[in-house]
Amino acid sequence: MSERVMFTEEMKKTHTILIPTMLPVHFKMIAQTLCSYGYKAEALENSGQQVIDYGLKYVHNDACYPSLLIIGQFIDALNSGKYDPHKVALLYAQTGGGCRASNYISLLRKALVKAGFEYVPVISLNISGLEENPGFKLTLPLLHRMVYAVMYGDLIMLLRNQCIPYEKVKGATEKKCEEWTNRLVEEMASSSINYRHIKKNYAAIVRDFDSIPKTGEKKIKVGIVGEIFVKFSPLGNNNLEEFLVSEGAEVYMAGLVDFCLYCLQNSLVDKQLYGAGFAKTAVARFFKKVVVAKQNDLIKAIKQNSDFTPPTPFDHTFSLIKGYIGAGTKMGEGWLLPAEMLELIDSGFKNIICVQPFGCLPNHIVGKGMMKPIKEKNPGVNIVAVDYDPGATKINQENRIKLMLSCARDIEDTEEITEEKTEKKEPVPV
Amino acid sequence: MKIMKEKATAVTYLGIDIGSTTAKIVAVRDRVVIYQKYERHMSQVRQKTHEMLLAAQNEIGEGEIKVAVSGSAGLGMANAASLPFIQEVFATGEVVKKYAPETDTVIELGGEDAKVIFFKGGTDERMNGTCAGGTGAFIDQMANLLSVTPDELDELSLKCERIYPIASRCGVFAKTDIQPLLNQGARKEDIAASIYQAVVNQTIAGLAQGRKIEGTVMFLGGPLYFCKGLRERFVKTLKLDSDHAVFPDFALYSVALGASLYAEKSSDPMTLSHLLSAIENSKTQKAETNHIPPLFESDSELEAFRARHSKASVPEGDISSYEGPAWLGIDCGSTTTKLVLIDEECRLLYTYYDSNKGNPVEIVRGQLEKIYSLIGNKIKIAGSAVTGYGEELICAGFCVDKGIVETIAHYTAASHFDPKVDFILDIGGQDIKCFRVKNNSIDSIMLNEACSSGCGSFLETFAKSMGYPVDRFAELGLKGRSPVDLGSRCTVFMNSSVKQAQKDGAGVEDISAGLSVSVVKNAIYKVIRAGSADELGKNIVVQGGTFYNDAVLRSFEKELQRNVTRPAIAGLMGAFGAALYVKRLGLEKSGIISPEKLSCFEHKAVSVRCNKCENRCPLTVNTFSSGAKFISGNQCDKGAGIKESMQDKLPNLHRYKRDKLYSLACDTGEGQRGCIGLPLSLGMYELAPLWHTVFKELGFKVVMTGQSSKEVYAKGHFSIPSDTACYPAKLMHGHIQLLIEEGVDAIFYPCITYNIDEGDSDNHYNCPVVAYYSELLNGNTEELSSVKFLYPYLNINDEKQLAKGLCRYLSDYFEGITLKEVRRAVGKGVQAYKDWMADIRREGSAALSYARENGIPVMVLAGRPYHADREIGHGIDRLANSLGFAVVSEDSISDLAPCPRVSVLNQWTYHSRLYKAAEYVSEHDDCQLVQLVSFGCGVDAITTDEVRAILESKGKLYTQLKIDEITNLGAVKIRLRSLIGAMEERKKREEAK
Repeated sequence: MSERVMFTEEMKKTHTILIPTMLPVHFKMIAQTLCSYGYKAEALENSGQQVIDYGLKYVHNDACYPSLLIIGQFIDALNSGKYDPHKVALLYAQTGGGCRASNYISLLRKALVKAGFEYVPVISLNISGLEENPGFKLTLPLLHRMVYAVMYGDLIMLLRNQCIPYEKVKGATEKKCEEWTNRLVEEMASSSINYRHIKKNYAAIVRDFDSIPKTGEKKIKVGIVGEIFVKFSPLGNNNLEEFLVSEGAEVYMAGLVDFCLYCLQNSLVDKQLYGAGFAKTAVARFFKKVVVAKQNDLIKAIKQNSDFTPPTPFDHTFSLIKGYIGAGTKMGEGWLLPAEMLELIDSGFKNIICVQPFGCLPNHIVGKGMMKPIKEKNPGVNIVAVDYDPGATKINQENRIKLMLSCARDIEDTEEITEEKTEKKEPVPV
Repeated sequence: MKIMKEKATAVTYLGIDIGSTTAKIVAVRDRVVIYQKYERHMSQVRQKTHEMLLAAQNEIGEGEIKVAVSGSAGLGMANAASLPFIQEVFATGEVVKKYAPETDTVIELGGEDAKVIFFKGGTDERMNGTCAGGTGAFIDQMANLLSVTPDELDELSLKCERIYPIASRCGVFAKTDIQPLLNQGARKEDIAASIYQAVVNQTIAGLAQGRKIEGTVMFLGGPLYFCKGLRERFVKTLKLDSDHAVFPDFALYSVALGASLYAEKSSDPMTLSHLLSAIENSKTQKAETNHIPPLFESDSELEAFRARHSKASVPEGDISSYEGPAWLGIDCGSTTTKLVLIDEECRLLYTYYDSNKGNPVEIVRGQLEKIYSLIGNKIKIAGSAVTGYGEELICAGFCVDKGIVETIAHYTAASHFDPKVDFILDIGGQDIKCFRVKNNSIDSIMLNEACSSGCGSFLETFAKSMGYPVDRFAELGLKGRSPVDLGSRCTVFMNSSVKQAQKDGAGVEDISAGLSVSVVKNAIYKVIRAGSADELGKNIVVQGGTFYNDAVLRSFEKELQRNVTRPAIAGLMGAFGAALYVKRLGLEKSGIISPEKLSCFEHKAVSVRCNKCENRCPLTVNTFSSGAKFISGNQCDKGAGIKESMQDKLPNLHRYKRDKLYSLACDTGEGQRGCIGLPLSLGMYELAPLWHTVFKELGFKVVMTGQSSKEVYAKGHFSIPSDTACYPAKLMHGHIQLLIEEGVDAIFYPCITYNIDEGDSDNHYNCPVVAYYSELLNGNTEELSSVKFLYPYLNINDEKQLAKGLCRYLSDYFEGITLKEVRRAVGKGVQAYKDWMADIRREGSAALSYARENGIPVMVLAGRPYHADREIGHGIDRLANSLGFAVVSEDSISDLAPCPRVSVLNQWTYHSRLYKAAEYVSEHDDCQLVQLVSFGCGVDAITTDEVRAILESKGKLYTQLKIDEITNLGAVKIRLRSLIGAMEERKKREEAK
C-alpha cells in the first residue's frame, strides 16, 4: 500500500488528462473547459469489446459494471499507443457517497498497478475535499464554466432525443449536434464567458433544432432512468437509445444537471435530518440557488422558442417523491431515481426503462424497490428493469424492452378505442 | 386434434415459436388448428424451422398464408427473413385474453425463461431476470444429474416423502445443493420433487416481486404441460383448488398460437413456398455474434499440441502379473467417482473413472468387487484412502483407512509429477480449485464461489443438450473456425449467450470452442483473478476431468500464452494422490472391508429430521451392513450423535452474540404505550440494544423477532422485489411478517445512513441495503399498511440530534411523547449499546486468552454483525468449533488493533472493523481469519481484496466463504480442513528450521 502518485504542478504542463466517456457531448466540453484553464485534457472515445476485456482482466469481477468499463477504457487507452503513458493522468469523479462508486478511484489505482502503469497519476474530481493534488485545483471559475458545459450538454442531448425519431432526412439531427458541439467547444476554449451570450446560444440552438424538418408521426414515448453511468453511456447500455429509436420510440432522459443538483440537495437534507455541518450547507445552498436559476433560464429558452418538452424544474422533481421515498435516501442515485420516474410520468412518458448494473446495491431499493408503489399509484404506467453486465446478452435485454414496447402499444391502442371494447371469450380453436 | 385436408380458400394463419430449445408451429384456418408440431431444434434454428414447415406442406397447402414469428431464438430468423415478430410474453397475453379472459394470472415456463403475466388490475407482464436460471433446460440438466430421463424424473417426484431445501435462485446453486444430497444418499424421489419445488420457489420469488399470485391461474409452456410433479408443486405452494388451477390443452403451443393471432393482424399475405424460400435465403445471412480466433490455425498445430501432451504419461503396471502390496486411492467427487490402485513403484495397476450416477456408494462397491476379483491373493491392499465430497460416506461405508482433504490429495499427486510445481489448477465436474505452492506446501487456495461454477459438468450437460457426447463435442470444438465469444460469467449467462449465437446461426463447432474459452476465462479471471501468466507460476500443472477436453486445455494455454503440464491421468489425480498419500504413511495393515464382508454389503439411506436442537436440520442417515452409520445434513455435532463435542467447550463469539440477542428478545417489558416490533435482521443485529432500551424506557412493550430460519424466509418471500439482493436483506421480509402476525402496533426499523462512528475510518456509512431497506419494505409489503411502520432517518452519533429526530417522528404517531423523556430514553439506550459492545469485546478478549492458555488455534470468523444469525451463517461457527478452533467475531476484537492503511476509501463502519480484525490476525501467529461474504454483497467486492492484502502482506492465509440462501457445508468443510492442512504444513516447516 504505497503512497498514491500525485499530480504535480509540473505535470499540468507535461501531462494530458484523460477523461472517460459517460456522455460524449458533455465530457468533450468539460475537457475543453479544462484546456481553457491551462490543462491538457482529452475525453476518451475508445470503445468495443477490448474495453470490457481489460475491465474483466484488471477489476474484481464482482465489482459493478461501470467500474469495469471505466477502468477498461482507461487501460485500453494506455495500451493503445496513442499516448505516452508517462505523460498522461487519469481523471474521474468521486462523490464520497455510501455506495461502491466512491471507490472507483481506488479500484482504478489497483488496476493500474496490476497492468504495470503504477506511475500514472489519478485525479479525483470531487467537491468534498476527498483527495487533493498540487497540480489540479477545482477553482470556482473553473467550476462555474463546467456548469455551462453541463447545461449545453443537457440541452443538446434533450433536443437530439426529441428530433431524431421524427427527422425527415436521416442524419439531419446528428449533423446539427455535431455542428453545435464543435462550435460550443470552440467558444468554451476562449478566455471569457458572458452569460447573456450563453442564453442567446440556448435560444439559437433550440430554434435551430426546431427547424429540422420532421414527419409529425406518433411514436411511443419512452423514458430512461437508472444508475448514472449505464443510463447515459452508450458503452454501458449497449446503445440503448439507438435501439429504442430503431424500434420506433422517442426517448427522454433527465439531464446531468439534475444529478449535480441532487448531490447539492443532499447536503441540505443532511442538515435537516442530522443537524450537523452549517458551513457546508450554506455553500451547498448557494450553489444550488445558482444552478437552479441557470436551469430555469434553460427551460425558459426552450419554452419560448419551441414546443419541445423542457426539463422539469429541479424543485418540482424533488417535490414529487413525497409519499414514495424519503429525501434522506442518498446513496447512488438515491431518491433522484424514483423522482425521475415520477417526473417522466408527470410529463406524459408512461413507459419507463430503469437501467442498472447487475447487482447494483442502491438500485435494489431506489429502482426495483420503488417500481411497485409507483405502478400502484399511477395506473397505466409501464416500467421495466434492465440489468447490464459483461455477461448479460443484448438479446435478453432487447427481448425485455420489446415486451415493454408491445405493452406500451397495447395500452395506447386500448386507450384509443376504450369503451366499446368488451372482453369476449372465444372457444379454443381445437 | 382434427386435421382438415380440403383445399379451403380461407387464409391460413401460421404461428412459429422458436424457444431456446424447441421450435413449435401452429397453423390456424377458419378458427381451427389444422396443424401443430413440436420439436427440439438442437440449435439449428433456421434449418429446423425449414424442415418442420416442409413437413407441414400437405396440411397447409399452397393457399394464402399469413405468418408471424415469436420466441427468444426467433428474432434473428424473423429479421433475416423479413417476417413480423411478436414478443413471446405478449403473444401469450393475446391468447389468454382471447380464449380465457377469466384468467387472473398466467405462469409460463419455457426452456430457459419463466414468465408471469398478471391480468387483474391492468396487464403486467414479467420475465425472469438475467440472473434467474432457466426452467425447462434446468429440469433437463437436473434429470441428467440424477441419470434419469425427464419423464422418469417426473414419475419419481410423484413418490416423494419430503422436500429438501434447494436454492431457488439459479440453476448453478441448485446443482451445488443437489450434488451433496446425492452423495449423502438422499432418496431420488425426494430430490426430484425438491427440484420441482425449487423451480416453483424461483418463479414466485423471482417474478411475483411483491404481487401475490392468486385467483384463477393458468399454467403454460412445455415443462408445465409434461411434468405432473411440477404441476403438483405449483398447485400446493400456491394453495389453488382445481377450479383455480387451469392446465389448458394448448399449454405447449400458446406462444405459437399467439403468433398466429398476431399474423392475422399484422402480416402480409404470402404462400408457403414463398416462406420456405425466405427462410432458406436467410440461412446464408451474416452473423452478428462476436467471434474469437480459432483454437488451432492449422492441423499441424493441432498435431504438435497432441504430441507435446502425450509425453506427460504415467507408467502402468500389470495387475495380472504383479505380486506384492498395493495401495488404493478413491476420489469420490461431486459428479464422478475415481479409483486408482498403485504398486510399490507407484505404477498404475487399476484405474476407474466414471460418472457416479447419483449413487457413489454403489459404484465404489462394484469397483471394489472387481478389484478383489482381479487381485486374488497375490496382491494385498496395504492401505486405502479416500478424498472428495463423499469422503466421509465412503470412509464409513467401506472402512477406508484414511480420509484426506482434496487439496492435499491433489498436491501430493501433482508434486509426484513435477516436484517443482508451483501452481495447480483443477477443474472438476462441479468446482474449480487452484492452489499456489510455495516452499513445498500449499500457500493459498482458491475455490470457485457458487456463482461461477461453469465447469466440467456444465460442458457435459451442454454437449448432451445439443445432442453430442462430451468427447465428440470437444473434438468438434478443436475444429471451430470462428469460435463465438460467450463471456465469462456464470453458466446461466452462458446459456443466453449461446442462445444469441444460435440465433445468429453459429454452428456446434464454434459454440463448443467458445464454451471452452469461457470455462477457462472463468477460471482465470473469476477464480484465480490473475492479470497475467506470471502471477500463476512457472510450473503449472492442470488436472481434473475437464482437462481431458483438449479444447479446454488449448484455450487455457492460449489464454495464458504459456505451455502447461497435463498429466495423462488428469481426471484421476485426486485418487492417485490419495493412494500416494496412504502409501507414504506406511501402514502395517489396511482395515478396508474384506471381500467376504463386501459380498454381503448393504447400504440404506433414510431421511429424518434432527430433534436435538431447535434448528431441526434435515438429516440423511446412512446405515451399512457392517453396522457403521453415517449421518449427513447436520449443521452441528449433536446431529451426528456426538455427545462430548468440542463445540460446547470452545469459545464461540458468534454463539455468545446470538444468545445475548435472543435473551434480549425474551425481555419484552410491560409497556402501556403500545407494542413496538423490532425485526432482528440487517442493522438490528448491531443496534438492537439501543432501540430495545429506548422503547422500553419510553413505556412501550418491545417485541423483537428471534432467530431466522427457512420458514421465516418463506413467510416473506412473496414481497421481495429484487431477487439479486443479499440473503440477509431477503430475510427481513420474513421478520416483518412475523411481527405482523404477532399483532404489534408498530414496527420500527430506522434508516441509518451513517453508522456508528468508531473514529478511525474515512467515513462511517452503512451499506445502501442496511441503510434504506425500510424504504423498500414500505413500498412492497402490502401487510405493512395494517400497522404503523416507523422508519425515521436518524443520526445515531449525536445523542441530542437522535433524541430530537426521534421525538419529532414519534409524536406524529403517538400522543404525549415529550422531548424530555425521549432524551432520557436515548441516553439510557446509548449507554446500553456501549455496555453491550464493551461486553462483547471483553468476551472476545477472554476467548483469546482462553485459547492461548490452552494452545487452541483461533479463528476470526469475520463478516457483518448479522452473519452471527444461524440461518445466515449456516452454522459455520459451530463447524469451526468442531474442527478445534476457538471462534471470535470481527467486532469482538477490532478494538485490539489499529486501523491499517488500506488502498481504498475506508468508508463503512462494519468494513472498517474487518480491516482492523485482519490487522490483528496478521500480527498473531495463532489466529486465522475466515471472511464470510453474503452472495450479492457488492461492497465486499471491495473489502475482500483489501482483507486479503492485509493478511498476505504478513504472510497469513486468507480464506473467503461465500454464503447464500443455501450453503454447501461440505464445501465449507473442505476449505476449513484445507486451511488446517496448510497451517500444519507451515508449522512443520518452521519446526524443521
